[in-house]
Amino acid sequence: MIQNSGRSGCLNTEGEVHATEVKVNEVEFNPQFVSRMIPKLEWSALIQAAEGVGHRQDLPDTLVSNYENDEDFLHKVHRVLLEVEVIEGSLQCPESGREFPISKGVPNMLLNEDES
Amino acid sequence: MALHCGKTCRQYLLHLAHDSVDFRLPELKALLALRGRQCDPSEAFREKSPFWRLCGLLEEDVRSVMSRTVCGKSAFELWGHGRTAAELKSSLLEYPIEKMTPFLQEESTYKINVYTFNKTLLFKDRIEKIDALGFLPFKGKVSLKDPDHIFCLLEDYGLDPNDIPEEPFHIYFGRWVADGQRELIRSHSVKKRHFIGNTSMDAGLSFIMANHAKVKAHDLVYDPFVGTGSLLVACSHFGAYVCGTDIDYNTIHGVGKASRKNQKWRGPDENIRANLRQYGTESFYVDVMVSDASKPVWRKGALFDAIITDPPYGIRESTRRTGSHKEIVSPPEDFSGESHVPVSMAYHLSDIFADLLNFAAHHLVMGGRLVYWLPIYRPEYCEEMVPLHPCLSVISNCEQTLSSHTSRRLITMEKIKEPEKSDVLAHLADSRFSPYQGHNSFREKYFSGITKKNGKGSERTCLDKV
Repeated sequence: MIQNSGRSGCLNTEGEVHATEVKVNEVEFNPQFVSRMIPKLEWSALIQAAEGVGHRQDLPDTLVSNYENDEDFLHKVHRVLLEVEVIEGSLQCPESGREFPISKGVPNMLLNEDES
Repeated sequence: MALHCGKTCRQYLLHLAHDSVDFRLPELKALLALRGRQCDPSEAFREKSPFWRLCGLLEEDVRSVMSRTVCGKSAFELWGHGRTAAELKSSLLEYPIEKMTPFLQEESTYKINVYTFNKTLLFKDRIEKIDALGFLPFKGKVSLKDPDHIFCLLEDYGLDPNDIPEEPFHIYFGRWVADGQRELIRSHSVKKRHFIGNTSMDAGLSFIMANHAKVKAHDLVYDPFVGTGSLLVACSHFGAYVCGTDIDYNTIHGVGKASRKNQKWRGPDENIRANLRQYGTESFYVDVMVSDASKPVWRKGALFDAIITDPPYGIRESTRRTGSHKEIVSPPEDFSGESHVPVSMAYHLSDIFADLLNFAAHHLVMGGRLVYWLPIYRPEYCEEMVPLHPCLSVISNCEQTLSSHTSRRLITMEKIKEPEKSDVLAHLADSRFSPYQGHNSFREKYFSGITKKNGKGSERTCLDKV
């Protein structure tokens, strides 16, 4: 899953995702879970991340209203949320430019001695 | 819903397993809360007894509780009870016949079990007791194999294995409704799990924790000290989507030295995702990251329905965080050298809990729960040791003894209000919100108890902690 995260210092901005290896898995679709996740996401950040890894497909720029009943739409969100996985790549903090590596699907968010 | 009310309402009997005794009532309360039911124990309620009478519930409520509980063995629709066989009989004769007859039909099959707590009966005694129930209007045929209906006579011979009475203290008779989920303790045993670590949580306790946290399907659950993901395994079993972080690169990636006795290095199928796959819940895997819990990387806002975790106590897993500091701690010996590990520094236990509660206050949804273990040095324990936060209310505090001088307490908290700027200064107004510093010397106290012959620590009281 592409995680939407920001450094504890950055309040509203989201990191950019770069990917050199992406995998698309098949994960059981659960519309209720996707519905509940959408309000917790920052939509523009999700779009940016999806674009960054080349899997935006036809997700809209802004969130559609009444998405809870739009199963097609939920399926598209499900795909980027749970099925598209960055295996190798990085997350970049827009404020500091610091890149956090993603290796074997796992982001490494640890800061070094001179950074904290 | 009342526990042990005297009213003549429909009652169910819960037969509980006799372990993790302190954890049982909070588990039941949490599972009933998932059904929107309150739970009020009456004065007659004896928490240590293996038999609890529940009233004010529908059968669906009971079935729902039993589909989750790991403390409850079985539930019965209670038809009668009493302190003697005579009382039981009159109680059964008072039970409305129209409620009995649907289960005693001529075309149906049934069997009657006898269960005795704290006593072993001879086979002939059990038969005698079943025969004594002959006054009940059973019309069906007895079938010991796959009967339509199962009934049970349950006898309580008290809690003292050294003083077993001739006659039971209490007798119950009811129709079996459902069994609990104790089978999960065996099926999800850590012994058979693909990927384990030194401190992987035992299966029973991890399911109890998921229940205390009121985890439900479609929830998003987070563990900030995820280790090998034992708690995530339990939560995913109940339909929650799970994610976790840990500072230890090797554990998250599933590499390095193995924790199993005969195994040197971890194999290729050893990671958190593989654990979920082992139990068929891989679709609930959201993400794991290598991250320092003292420096959270999450976006602001309420993200998680529950936070469930077992932070390190500094005994079998070191407490550490990233940072630049004069005090440098070298990386653990099992560091396999695959990536640069930033300098570790000591992460004081009291800070771990303060950070955890603060994180929970900011990132839990309203009403969401934080469930975590708090290591305790028993000779000094007092309630002030339990960390508090203005946005979180303590729901339960259950002790599991580890040794004569140490235990850990499972703390459950619920988010009751959103954080405000003034909360940062809460500890100035109320000293209860200050982190208790006595936790920091837990490691010394733990080891001092082991080396000292008498195992007793200092005589300091709680007043010294301020």
